Amino acid sequence: MKILVCLSNVPDTTTKIKLSGDQSALDMAGVQWVINPWDELALTRALDLKEKSEGKIDTITVITVGESLTEPTIRKALAVGADDAVRINLNPTDDYEVASNIAAWVKNNPYDIILSGIESSDFNGSAVGGMLAEFLKIPSVSSVSFLDMEGDKPLMKREIPGGTETIRVPMPFVAIVQKGIALDPRIPAMRGIMMARKKELTVVEPTGEGAKSTYIGFAMPKAKAKVKMIDAENAGQLITLLHEEAKVI
Amino acid sequence: MSVIVYTENWDGKFKKSSYELVSYAHAIASELGVETIAISIGQVPEDQLNVLANYGANKVLCVKNPELAVLDNAAYASAIARAAKANNAQVVVFANNFTGKAVAPRVAVKLEAGMANSVTTLPLSFSPFVVQKNIFNGKAQGKLQINSDIKVLSLAQNSFGIKESNVSLTIENFDAQLDSSKFNTELIEKNTVSGKIILTDAELVVSGGRGMKSPDNWGPLEELAAILGAGTACSRPVADEGWRPHSEHVGQTGKVIAPNLYIALGISGAIQHLAGVSSSKVIVAVNTDPEAPFFEAADYGILGDVNKILPKLVEAAKAFKAHS
Repeated sequence: MKILVCLSNVPDTTTKIKLSGDQSALDMAGVQWVINPWDELALTRALDLKEKSEGKIDTITVITVGESLTEPTIRKALAVGADDAVRINLNPTDDYEVASNIAAWVKNNPYDIILSGIESSDFNGSAVGGMLAEFLKIPSVSSVSFLDMEGDKPLMKREIPGGTETIRVPMPFVAIVQKGIALDPRIPAMRGIMMARKKELTVVEPTGEGAKSTYIGFAMPKAKAKVKMIDAENAGQLITLLHEEAKVI
Repeated sequence: MSVIVYTENWDGKFKKSSYELVSYAHAIASELGVETIAISIGQVPEDQLNVLANYGANKVLCVKNPELAVLDNAAYASAIARAAKANNAQVVVFANNFTGKAVAPRVAVKLEAGMANSVTTLPLSFSPFVVQKNIFNGKAQGKLQINSDIKVLSLAQNSFGIKESNVSLTIENFDAQLDSSKFNTELIEKNTVSGKIILTDAELVVSGGRGMKSPDNWGPLEELAAILGAGTACSRPVADEGWRPHSEHVGQTGKVIAPNLYIALGISGAIQHLAGVSSSKVIVAVNTDPEAPFFEAADYGILGDVNKILPKLVEAAKAFKAHS
């Protein structure tokens, strides 16, 4: 059995966002690049499943659509235990282009389970997993917080508003995962980093469809008015202000 | 020509977010000079459907194919895309919620449409078609131009509001003509918590962090939430330590919420936490540390020990409710 994990290369979540002078672009100078947090959890779960599968899961492959600057992120995924990696050599413009290009690879290189994070922490896109499944005409399950194998059959839980549903779909499928799928992401050890250098990283040129949308500008949110401090002794005054001034209660 | 809006129901009822969504779709349809058509899947009573007229729906298509009894992402996408094509949709609108995230991307591929999720305003322009959306969890806004003929949008909750308009509405049945052999999501078990306010729906939220000091101190927080009719939430460390369930965790990797009021009790306001709550209309921060970053993001602040301040808030909230 083979698992594919889709990775997005994103700025570290603590990055302070800056715009270029004319607001037409984001200023990415000095940014630390990391694996998108949800994708990292997906990878962690894939590795857990492989380790306890007694050989039933043969390989964990990671795939990313990006230019060579994404390779340190890919190497990190290999260092924590992914077996091999694919990089589609394209600086993508939107989710449609990413999904279409991953689908083009998967059509010739099938996997049993494909994992993708529910959202990217940069442009907050949440479409790649669903779009990929549609391009491949296979099932997708979204908001997945639990994935395990019951014999040869995968079992999932998805988070619905106010509860969970236990779900099964036939393989191959795309699971779009969120918090809960794994605890803490793995940290690469020195041995893993050494081994990662020898693992195969296949670079392919894009063969999928082009983008349907493009960013033409950016804006920073409106500055907030200064906080109004309320004396702790008269904390109850807050309730009055929320009613009379803010009008939210 | 039309704007199609998917109006989800919960046990046959719509929520305020459905009305916000119809209001938004109607505003776009008015600009384009086309009809607003709502799609409703499953059994919804006629009086509920008729309410959609108050927010601008000209027509509701009721889809009742048995393949849609369980949320199968592919089946739902097939039904909605088919309705969009049959009605020559220019724009298809979803909520940026659980179902929207599951279904909208598949619809976009079926319609060969560009998609923008977490959209926060009406389109900035229609030709070219440009929308504004949250990026970096609201730390910035991006202007996204969609170049395809059909556009798929998902609206960030509580970003547009409910706008009343009065149109006449027709109700039609729509057969989505689904091939049941293609859809195979099997629902094995469903667990729902009853009686609690669903966090992503809550208009008011009271949230606790490590400053609460112990899971035993949550009584007054829950009491305040109950008096105000608010949902309860928590910060990541509190969920990770098992003080509160993970379902309450709001922030970057937890739930992203946008209530009218967010009261943060003993939460410092780390950037990852703010990412989940910064779209709230009004924010209150209570903290012992005057340097806590939450005071930068808050509208109201109280400097002090949350366990001493909470009883005062409970008392004032009780008095307020008694007089209103």
